[in-house]
Amino acid sequence: MENTVNIEWDKINEIIEKYDMDSESLLMMMQDISHIYNYLPPETIPVLAGKLGLPQTLVYSVASFYKTVSLEPRGKFIINVCTGTACHVRGAEKITEALETRLHIREGQTTEDQLFTLEAVRCIGCCASGPVITVNQDTHGGLDRSSVLKVIEKYGEA
Amino acid sequence: MAVLKSREILEQYRDSLKVGRGDGKKRLISLCAGSGCGAYGTAKVHEALTGELAKQGLQDKVEVKLTGCHGFCEKGPIMVIHPEGIFYPQVREEHIPEIVEKTICNGELAGALIYKEPSSKKKIAYEHDIPFYKLQERIIFGNNGLIDPTDIDDYISVKGYSALEKALFDMSPEEIIDQIKKSGLRGRGGGGFPTGIKWATCRRHEGARYIICNADEGDPGAYMDRSLLEGNPHNVIEGMIIGAYAIGSHEGYVYVRHEYPLAVTNLTIALRKAREMGLLGRNILGSGFDFDIRISRGGGAFVCGESTSLMASLEGQPGRPRAKYIHTVEKGFRQNPSNLNNVETWANVPLIVSNGADWYASIGTERSKGTKIFSLVGKVVNTGLVEVPMGTSLRTIIYDIGGGIPKKKKFKAVQTGGPSGGCIPEQFLDLGIDFDELAKVGSIMGSGGMIVMDQDTCMVDVARYFMDFLKEESCGQCNPCREGIKQVLNILTDICQGNGREGDIELLEELGSMIQKFSLCGLGTSAPNPVLTTILYFRDEYEAHIRDKKCAAGVCKNLFHYEIDLETCTGCQLCAKKCPHEAIIGKKKEPHLLEQEKCIKCGICYESCKFGAVVIK
Repeated sequence: MENTVNIEWDKINEIIEKYDMDSESLLMMMQDISHIYNYLPPETIPVLAGKLGLPQTLVYSVASFYKTVSLEPRGKFIINVCTGTACHVRGAEKITEALETRLHIREGQTTEDQLFTLEAVRCIGCCASGPVITVNQDTHGGLDRSSVLKVIEKYGEA
Repeated sequence: MAVLKSREILEQYRDSLKVGRGDGKKRLISLCAGSGCGAYGTAKVHEALTGELAKQGLQDKVEVKLTGCHGFCEKGPIMVIHPEGIFYPQVREEHIPEIVEKTICNGELAGALIYKEPSSKKKIAYEHDIPFYKLQERIIFGNNGLIDPTDIDDYISVKGYSALEKALFDMSPEEIIDQIKKSGLRGRGGGGFPTGIKWATCRRHEGARYIICNADEGDPGAYMDRSLLEGNPHNVIEGMIIGAYAIGSHEGYVYVRHEYPLAVTNLTIALRKAREMGLLGRNILGSGFDFDIRISRGGGAFVCGESTSLMASLEGQPGRPRAKYIHTVEKGFRQNPSNLNNVETWANVPLIVSNGADWYASIGTERSKGTKIFSLVGKVVNTGLVEVPMGTSLRTIIYDIGGGIPKKKKFKAVQTGGPSGGCIPEQFLDLGIDFDELAKVGSIMGSGGMIVMDQDTCMVDVARYFMDFLKEESCGQCNPCREGIKQVLNILTDICQGNGREGDIELLEELGSMIQKFSLCGLGTSAPNPVLTTILYFRDEYEAHIRDKKCAAGVCKNLFHYEIDLETCTGCQLCAKKCPHEAIIGKKKEPHLLEQEKCIKCGICYESCKFGAVVIK
């Protein structure tokens, strides 16, 4: 997918300065940038490297190592299906299947209208309420294959 | 905002908080706002509650507190009304008018909303009478339901920071370390290393020492650390300050998962408040001791729970572990002596300092002291967080506290220790769990995940699940872990798809032993545990998959099919209505038929049949 995001460099600089340009906070800067664009635009890598005085290879290596950072554009709503052990034994796979069928995407992909990205997360610690999904910052628990679709519909309408 | 410049001022401040608190007259409604209850809709219930109280003009007479996790997550959102401790489970917006009218206005119970004990069907009105709570010993977790994590006054009023006061003014660093050693406290993150010895070793090494709290709770199925940080962050902060004073450190870090936003928020607030009040920063409580804590958010890498990876991640690097020829207590974060403990370990510290090592050592078993919080999840009636003394039997936890297995299904195994742990079968249910007993049966304590599995769980699939997890999470530095896990996963996937071959089990054992012996870090050396323990205790399931091409649990899709038992089927048509592929035909009150070629094995009919007529073949 071609990148079409218009990066507001002022905001990027603000984030870098919020962490006192401390290279140890690189990952958190990436997470904050991702919070704005739903991913880490690769164009920011040379800038981060330059400002923090780090080799670009290291910045890229951090970006690709951690799961909370994506270098691919993601949808407006990021659905994370919890696949922790408790959710797994309670049927998380069926939740993923239902979502894949409804949204016509596979895990890790984004819908054509850029509305939803479907991902798996390795436990969000709501194990008693499983199966659980998160949609951006909201958590929804006690789901089955039909109730999960109702949850998604609400976001589609919004 | 009071600034607590001395211990006397802290005590005066604590006394001043007593006015209007805990006098037993004012009603307090405690509503759980932990992540678990939040997922069930606490926010809406809270809005309805405050609205209704205002409508009735009661807002000044009743205090509503949004607290951290109460532990009984299965029944969320949970409401407890004090001083009586009236317990309302699964509260919805529409229940609010009845609760306010009956309990708040008239002082009676809202009968229909009271907790019903699932096995006896008996109604139990008070929190302390409910078996789930009654059999626990909640020395760490107990305060969670009473305090608002964003209000430092709540923590101070339950004797919070009194252990810090004692440590700073009445004890020398050596005395504190001595108490921690004597208490027998062992690391709650999984390894079980004696905390006091770790502290003493770190203190011996020269340099700018660091204190680190490991809140990168990556074990799938474990969430006690999240609940502690979300629900009682000051308890963890207090433990860290005491540790810093004992070890001689002035800078601390909490490394917390990015996936725990509420924990990050509550901890951030707590740190700010503690700093403003002089409990963190320069000259804490006027003692002359300086210490501050920063937060670092993790990036969703399981391997970062390992201490050397975590420290690499703190330094802004990819979280790859290194060999521990030199321990982190000597050279860790920034090449300096670093003392890392898990959230729950830190939470134990103030208790030990306040009550003494002897008191603490009187709880638990000979070599594992104190209590442990377990996350009791999976196929069990009462899921939630359970705090029990070390040595409590699995049977007590799963059956007496957990209420047993739902839907009258049969217990098969309990998985402890996350991806590094193992599956324990029924024959060991009376095992009193502590660090050593779990190791004897091939599993580990880990951080306390306890996932119950029933007859519908396929043990080969569980092993495959963990290997799939670990394949993704292996950092890829060392061959045995990176390649070994991949090959183990390939073999397990083949077995689950019906392509297993004779000799696969032996090959898995051989590979497993190689990975255990030659991997670089703890992730690799413990990775084969789920496979090896399932082979040890459930070899017949592996053999059935390989030889008979059968999955009796009905999980591996190529290895089973559903049939409707003509004798048992009552012809109620429920399964036919629910089937998304119209694969079930049959007239009302006549046995139904399942058309195999249409069936996608989604299991909806199996789960919905009330008569057990849909069977796995």
